[in-house]
Amino acid sequence: MTTEPLLTEPLLSVRGLEKHFPVTAGLLKRQVGAVRAVDGVSFDVVKGETLGLVGESGCGKTTTGRLITRLIEPTGGKIAFEGEDVTHMSQGRMRPLRRDIQMIFQDPYSSLNPRHTVGAIVGAPFRIQGIKTEHGVKKAVQEILELVGLNPEHYNRYPHEFSGGQRQRIGIARTLALKPKLIIADEPVSALDVSIQAQVVNLLEDLQNELDLTYVVIAHDLSVVRHISDRVAVMYLGKIVEMADRKDLYETPMHPYTNALLSAVPIPDPKRRTDRERIRLQGDVPSPLNPPPACRFHTRCWKAQEICRTVEPPLTALAPGHQVACHFPENFAGNPSGNAPSAPADGQEKEPGTASPVS
Amino acid sequence: MTAPLDVSGDEQHAAPEAVSQGAGAKAIQGRSLGQIAWTRLKRDKVAMGGAGVVVFLILAAVFAPVVVGWFGHPPNEFHQEMIDTLTMQPKGGTGISADFLFGVEPVNGRDLFSRVVYGARISLLVAFLATLLSVVIGSIMGVVAGYFGGWVDALISRLMDVFLAFPLLVFALSLVGVLGQFETQLAIKGDTLRILLLVFIIGFFNWPYIGRIIRGQTLSLREREFVDAARSIGARGPYILFREILPNLIAPILIYATLLIPSNVLFEAALSFLGVGIQPPTATWGGMLAAAVKYYTVPHFMFFPGMAIFITVLAFNLFGDGLRDALDPRSSR
Repeated sequence: MTTEPLLTEPLLSVRGLEKHFPVTAGLLKRQVGAVRAVDGVSFDVVKGETLGLVGESGCGKTTTGRLITRLIEPTGGKIAFEGEDVTHMSQGRMRPLRRDIQMIFQDPYSSLNPRHTVGAIVGAPFRIQGIKTEHGVKKAVQEILELVGLNPEHYNRYPHEFSGGQRQRIGIARTLALKPKLIIADEPVSALDVSIQAQVVNLLEDLQNELDLTYVVIAHDLSVVRHISDRVAVMYLGKIVEMADRKDLYETPMHPYTNALLSAVPIPDPKRRTDRERIRLQGDVPSPLNPPPACRFHTRCWKAQEICRTVEPPLTALAPGHQVACHFPENFAGNPSGNAPSAPADGQEKEPGTASPVS
Repeated sequence: MTAPLDVSGDEQHAAPEAVSQGAGAKAIQGRSLGQIAWTRLKRDKVAMGGAGVVVFLILAAVFAPVVVGWFGHPPNEFHQEMIDTLTMQPKGGTGISADFLFGVEPVNGRDLFSRVVYGARISLLVAFLATLLSVVIGSIMGVVAGYFGGWVDALISRLMDVFLAFPLLVFALSLVGVLGQFETQLAIKGDTLRILLLVFIIGFFNWPYIGRIIRGQTLSLREREFVDAARSIGARGPYILFREILPNLIAPILIYATLLIPSNVLFEAALSFLGVGIQPPTATWGGMLAAAVKYYTVPHFMFFPGMAIFITVLAFNLFGDGLRDALDPRSSR
C-alpha cells in the first residue's frame, strides 16, 4: 500500500509543522519563552493507509493531531489536505472541509456531552453541517450506530448509561457521521480496559476496509500501533526521529530512541523475557521549554558523541521508505560506529506484540 | 479527568446497565441526568420537607388575600378594641384567639397573622426577583468570562472584585435617603419603588458570587473534549456556548439560585429592619421586627415574624442542599 508513496498525491501532507505555546509572566503578560510542543514535523499520509504516531507523554503527538484537525492554530509550517493548503484557513472556510477530516478523542468520558442523548451526539454533525439525509437524521444515526456495533434502539439514551468501550463506539460513530476521508485517532483505546481495546482496534480496522478510511493513529502503546499501522512515525520532543514501514521499524529500528522504546514493550512470556536486554533510558524527557540543542535525544542517548550536541541530524532516508534522524543509526550497514550495544535488533523476540494490542 | 459527570448512584446503576447489556428486548427509554436527579431528590426526605414548606409559603404569599379572608382580618385594619387602653398592650398579653391566630400588635391592634402572611409576599417577591437578577447577570458574566478568557475574563473578574468590595449597606442607606428627596418627581412611587430599589440593591450587588462559580464551571467545561469534538465537526461559538456548555451549567445555576434565595430573604429583612425597605404601613417581616424592638414586653410581636424568617430560610436551605446532592452527587459530603 505504501510502497510508492511519492507517485500518488498524498491525502495529507505536513511540512515543517510547528506549534509553540507562549509562556507569559508578570502583570503585562510578557512572553518569556515558548513550549516547543511540535517543532518541525513533516510527513505524508496516502489514501487508505494508517500512519501510527508514537512517542512518550509530552512529545507532541496529540498537539500534532490537533494541529491537523485545526483545533489549534499552527505557529509555522504547512498542512495540505488533498493538495489544498489548510494551514491558516479561516474557521469559516474550514467548516466544509471538516467533513473530510475528523477526530476520535482519547477520553470517552469527557468527549461525550453528558446532557445530550446518543442520538443528539451522533446526529450533531448532520445538523451542524446542514446535511440532508434521505430518511431523516434519526434513521441515519441509527444506521451508523449499527455500523459501530451499538444497538440502534439506544438512540434516546444518555452517555452515562454506557460502558467505556460503548462510549468510545459512540465517539467513533460521531466521527463517521460525516463520511470523512481522514480520521485522526488520538489515543483511541488508551482510556479503555485491555479487554475492550482489541474490540475497538478491530472495529477501526473493519471500518477502514469498509469505508476506505485513512487513519493517523496517535498512541503511546507500541503494540496497538504495530497492530493497526502501515507506517509508523516515532516522535521525541516535538520532532519525528524515525519513520518507516511498520515491519522495518519494528524489526530493524535504527534510531536509538526507537530501540529503547521497543525494548520496553512487555513480553508476555517469562521464559523469553531474559533473551532480551532492556534498554533503560537515564533521566526524564527534557523540558520542551528549553530543548537540548542539535539532536534532542543526546542527553539520554548512550551513543551520543560531540557531533550530536552540535549538529542536528536531518531526517534522511537510510533505506527505502525508512527515514531516521540520527548520526549513529543502528541496524544500518554503513554505520560508522558499529560497536553500539546491540539492543533488540533481531526482532523475533518482539513477535508477541503482533498477536493483539496488549499494553 | 475521568467521568466528571458520570452519575452512578449505586441504586440506579443496576437497572440501566443491565438493560444495556441485553439486546434491548423491551423498549429502551434513556433516563436523562435530570430524571435521575429527580428520583434521587424524591428519596431525600429532608429536602422534600423543605420543598413542601417552600411551596406552602409561596402559595400563602400568592393567595394572601384569600388566606387572610378565611383566617384573619385585613392587615392594616386597626382593632383597638383588643388593646388595653392603659398599657397600650393587647388585652390578655398577646390577644391570641381563634379570631386572631397570632395575636395583635400593641397600640393599634392590627392582626399579626395577616401581617405575617402579607409580609411573606414582600419577602419572597423581593428575594425571588433579586435572585433572578443576580442569577441572570452572574450567569451571563460568568459564562462570558469563562468561555472567552483572556482580557475579557480579566476585566469581568476585576469587576466582580470591585462589586464584592463595594460598601453595600452604606450605599443602600444613602441611596434611600437621596431617593426620598426626589420621590415626588419619579414616575414610580411608594411600595413599587421600594420593592424595585430593594431588588436592585440586593440583586445587582450579589451577582459576583454566582458569577464566580459559573466562571469556574465554564472554565473546566471548556476544556472538556466534547467541546473540541463540537468544534471539529464545525460548530460555531454560539452553538458550543448554548448547546454544549450551557446545559451543563443548569445544575449549578439552579443550586446556587436556590441557596441564594434564603440569604436574600435575610438581606431584605435586614434592610427593612434598618428602614431602607418598604415603609409602613405595608407589612414586612423586617419592618415588623424593627417595630417589635420597642415592645419587648410583648414577645409574640417579635416571635411570629422572626419565626417566619427562620422557617423560610431553613426550608430554602434544606431544599437547596438536597437539590445540590441530587444534581451533583460528587460534591455531597
